[in-house]
Amino acid sequence: MKFGIMVNEGPYNHQSADSAYQFAKAAIEKGHEIHRVFFYHDGVNNATKLTEPPQDDRHIVNRWSKLAEEHGVDLVVCVAAGLRRGIVDENLAAGFRISGLGQLVESGIQADRMVVFGD
Amino acid sequence: MTESTGGIDMDEDSSGTVKKFAFINRKAPYGTVYALESLEVVLISAAFDQDVSLMFIDDGVYQIKKGQGTKGIGMKNFSPTYRALEGYDIEKLYVEKESLEERGLTEADLLVDVEVLSRADMAALMEEQDVILSF
Repeated sequence: MKFGIMVNEGPYNHQSADSAYQFAKAAIEKGHEIHRVFFYHDGVNNATKLTEPPQDDRHIVNRWSKLAEEHGVDLVVCVAAGLRRGIVDENLAAGFRISGLGQLVESGIQADRMVVFGD
Repeated sequence: MTESTGGIDMDEDSSGTVKKFAFINRKAPYGTVYALESLEVVLISAAFDQDVSLMFIDDGVYQIKKGQGTKGIGMKNFSPTYRALEGYDIEKLYVEKESLEERGLTEADLLVDVEVLSRADMAALMEEQDVILSF
């Protein structure tokens, strides 16, 4: 099955960032396809390479980057939501790209299931 | 439009797929950014010629309450945008009856024309959707 994923909450603040990642990873392991992960609202903060959690904590941003590198998952950050929160190309972590909300709607059209992780 | 639609040229989108998209608005208009940013997705979705519905439940019903004044909190009153949705051919607006009643509101308190549905009918309508984006 082809999944579209939407992440609406910031990392370390809300579990939805973790749940979305775990869902994506599990789906890929089961042979499903992740069409796209779209980051919106405070979810755009999942994409900043300035993130430096303590060493004994999970690195949410690098985890996404690794998913993109290993499985070619398309990680898209909303341009408008990103600009509001200071997420721009200069501080974007590897594997992410910035684009418009149309990418979210398109993912809803193309994917078999759209799964929203939010509050 | 190309930037806001994510660089997707709708004319070249040959898929022609029309899905039922529902936007579920659950939160008060101010206090969090969900309502405002949800509305931004709704407006973009209009460009994709999909079958779009908006549903208002819980505190989300306050998003379309008449007479919003935001001067005191220094935020933009974006409620007039809901009136503009008609111009984007987004005309399916549903409000949950129980959510209105629990807040002492009636249809007359709302700034747009809506269809008021019972909780059970709202659930049935959600069941019919292809894509549900919940804010």
